Amino acid sequence: MQFLRRHLNPLSFFAVSYLLFLYVPVLLLPLFSFNDDIYVRLPLTGFTLQWYKNLMNNTSLLSALWSSVQVGIGVSLVSTLLGLMAARAMTRYRLPGRRGIYGLILLPLVIPYMVIGVSTLVILRRMLDVDLTLWTVGASHVLITVPLSMLVLMARMEGFDRSLEEASRDLGDSAWKSFRRVTLPLVMPGIVSSFLLCFITSFDEYLLAFFLAGSDATLPIFIFSSLRFPNKIPDVLALGSLILMVSIVLVVFAEWLRRRGVSGSDSSVI
Amino acid sequence: MTAISEAASDQYDQPATRRPEWVDGLWLIAPTLAIVVGMMLVPLLAIIIVSFWTQTGFDLEATWTLENYALLFQPEGKLYRILIVKSLWVSLVATTAVVVLAYPMAYFMAFRIQRGKLIWIILLTVPFWTSYLLRVFAWKVILGFNGVINSGLKAVGIIGPDGLFEKPLEFLLYNPASVTITLAHAWAAYAVLPIYVSLEKIDRSYLEAATDLGDSKWKRFWRVTFPLSLPGTIAAILLVFIPTVGDYITPTLVGGPSGIMIGNSIANQFIKSNNAPLGAALSCVMMLAITVAVCLFLMAIGKKRLKGADI
Amino acid sequence: MAAANTNSMISLRAVTKRFGNFTAVDAATFDIAAGEFFSLLGPSGCGKTTLLRMIGGFERQSTGEILIDGEPMGTRAPNQRPTNMVFQSYAIFPHLDVAENIAYGLANRPVDKATIARKVAAALEMMRLDGLGNRRTNQLSGGQRQRVALARAIVCEPKVLLLDEPLGALDKKLREEMQIELRQLQKSLGITFIFVTHDQEEALSLSDRIAVMARGKVLQIDTATALYEHPNCREVAGFIGNMNFLEGRIAGVEGGLAAIEIGDGQVVKVPANGQAAAGGNAILAIRPEKIDAHGSATAPQPGTNAIRARARASSYLGDRSLILADWRNGAAPVSVSLQNRKSLSGDGSSGIGIPGPDSELWLTWPVEAGVLLTS
Repeated sequence: MQFLRRHLNPLSFFAVSYLLFLYVPVLLLPLFSFNDDIYVRLPLTGFTLQWYKNLMNNTSLLSALWSSVQVGIGVSLVSTLLGLMAARAMTRYRLPGRRGIYGLILLPLVIPYMVIGVSTLVILRRMLDVDLTLWTVGASHVLITVPLSMLVLMARMEGFDRSLEEASRDLGDSAWKSFRRVTLPLVMPGIVSSFLLCFITSFDEYLLAFFLAGSDATLPIFIFSSLRFPNKIPDVLALGSLILMVSIVLVVFAEWLRRRGVSGSDSSVI
Repeated sequence: MTAISEAASDQYDQPATRRPEWVDGLWLIAPTLAIVVGMMLVPLLAIIIVSFWTQTGFDLEATWTLENYALLFQPEGKLYRILIVKSLWVSLVATTAVVVLAYPMAYFMAFRIQRGKLIWIILLTVPFWTSYLLRVFAWKVILGFNGVINSGLKAVGIIGPDGLFEKPLEFLLYNPASVTITLAHAWAAYAVLPIYVSLEKIDRSYLEAATDLGDSKWKRFWRVTFPLSLPGTIAAILLVFIPTVGDYITPTLVGGPSGIMIGNSIANQFIKSNNAPLGAALSCVMMLAITVAVCLFLMAIGKKRLKGADI
Repeated sequence: MAAANTNSMISLRAVTKRFGNFTAVDAATFDIAAGEFFSLLGPSGCGKTTLLRMIGGFERQSTGEILIDGEPMGTRAPNQRPTNMVFQSYAIFPHLDVAENIAYGLANRPVDKATIARKVAAALEMMRLDGLGNRRTNQLSGGQRQRVALARAIVCEPKVLLLDEPLGALDKKLREEMQIELRQLQKSLGITFIFVTHDQEEALSLSDRIAVMARGKVLQIDTATALYEHPNCREVAGFIGNMNFLEGRIAGVEGGLAAIEIGDGQVVKVPANGQAAAGGNAILAIRPEKIDAHGSATAPQPGTNAIRARARASSYLGDRSLILADWRNGAAPVSVSLQNRKSLSGDGSSGIGIPGPDSELWLTWPVEAGVLLTS
């Protein structure tokens, strides 16, 4: 009774409704992905795994998926490395023009992707005559994910006492060894978050890929073009449900890792 | 943030180096700067230049002209004028909707949830781990002619020969309203999280002090909680407003002919119409419009906050 | 003082640190002997921490040289120096447990695992941390963290242990316990300790010698007693303990005593220092507890200094009473600290108890209790 009384108030009611608003549209995707009607409509007609089976045989989907995974991993590796270096420079050095540098690196976050896309397209195609490939997509994705990575890692680096690094130098570590034994383990949760954030941003990005991918479709491009054909929609729903599931697993894993990182010990260090 | 880390790095000289220590820092950040300059500033400069050029056939002609901008002020440019204003308006409405809905949620998470806040944060972000495209598409599925609402209503008899409506509801999809709803859904997490963070940071003793000094709950909210949560709220507004003005996916999927926005028009100049200079000019105007809107907003906030400080 | 002799563990030669236009440490030149417990004492911002960090290699001196055990340190990094540091924040690695923290520095030495384990166990025992080796560091109390930080530095067997306000974060009672422990530890290890603190009592009770610093300058280096009894300048005198300053002019120097005219025709005597010369400005410094206060009727005894004063306020502090007395218009009042040896309800034949406001007093003190400051 007390539980009910405590939770039955307008604000809690609103919070639950808000979550429903967020979840219902998203959960429709898995729901209809198991429905054996070719059209997405009510009432549900019957259970099927047909659409999931179709995915396995859809070569253009699989190749788009592979493209996206390649670009995503490459982008998150590069962006996290660059973000790590940039975050260290921002938090550990007294850079001249620090504010300007900071603003400049964050600039891609406030420029609409449409503008980034078309301006990169103009300079690559109309001025430099560079061929559009997954590399050009990757490069533009690095541009938009580096600021995210830097922000995540800066937050992490500002969170720990600078004298920890000094202590390790004092106890005999060289600069590089100190980075490896102290800084890296402490920043690791941030690195994992940065990697996931960059990967998901790249994996989900449509507009830049649309302008810059040339003939190599990434997954969002494939999905977008499939949405125009009603007979392909059930496959896309199955695909979307799988992505959602993998994402949840990844997020839970990352959170578990983060928690372990916060309080955990690394016995391999000695 | 800046002040703290500058003060901190003050004392930390690298003893082993003879050159100023920030040179090392500059090397660390140089690759990132190179990418931002090469991939962002140079292309932006290029598109500004191109917006003053002309297109002949498939080639760009480097003759300087103001024609692309002049078009916006001529009768033939009416469509673009409407699209820019409409984009700003739809974005503004969507941003307002997002933030107004997100604030109570953030408040709930910050003040009502005692334990397991993390679970709520995860709950909130999980829907955003699926593809943006599919989240938008989900609304098409819900609102469409044969969508969930219409087919649901049909199944229970409200739509049909004997029902309230004879034909499926067409007004649900393909209009600015459907774009607004979809945007409000798609950007929810971007608004809730910054507001939540700034609410969470508020020292609870401020609230106790306000109550102690005689504020009622509502008064305390308006006089203490809300002003202190402004940084997060402003961040949320900008985080949602700026990207949605130029959004392409949402208007394309759920906007229909009446719901298209300036982003669609810009893309068209590069893909279908093959008029890069006009597309470039439209891009520049859009960025300018966003900048002006953001500046106006920040100035208004700034004035209000100054006034608040006077009291 | 400037020359490095063979006994000195640390030798500072004109060590200066500038941050832009600001001089944090100004030409510090002194030696610290092997096995000494040496403190750097001064208000915050006086440059004591910067000096310590330069010795440890965390900051590079702008000019000057630091020698440790006869070897110039130059621009050597902290890991290349025979020093270890106990940080103000302790800097206990949060991703390692207690034993791993203590073993951290040993991993950089050519020693096998068994030796490391033995040394860690010994350090745990010595610092009374037995059984806590596998503890997460976030489960430790403040005092335990402090001891882990100490153990971690000591197992490396440094020639010099640097301590940057290590007791600042502890509460008063724990701090006093740790002071005793620190002193015992230093005695038993025989390592040179350099201890930075802004707490004068801490410095006085712990150290063999203390360097008092202000505004980047080293003002005086001496033992606790010498600093207290014979400060060499007004700043040191004022920073350590309480001090009254009577300003005046030297009337003459005779037989090792300087006669100082302090206004209103009153003359007091004070042991002369080398620089005392007739006609010069001088300050007589006298500690509140060295002054005795008598009722105005009592005549001053010969051989002591005596000045007329009027009580302004007084307060009873239990073990002693504090009296604030005006002795000359325009001069700062003199504070007098009287031991409450006798019960105040007693006859008060030697003391006066607490004099009421406006009561006339004689303030007297032995000639040798004053200190002449000519600067």
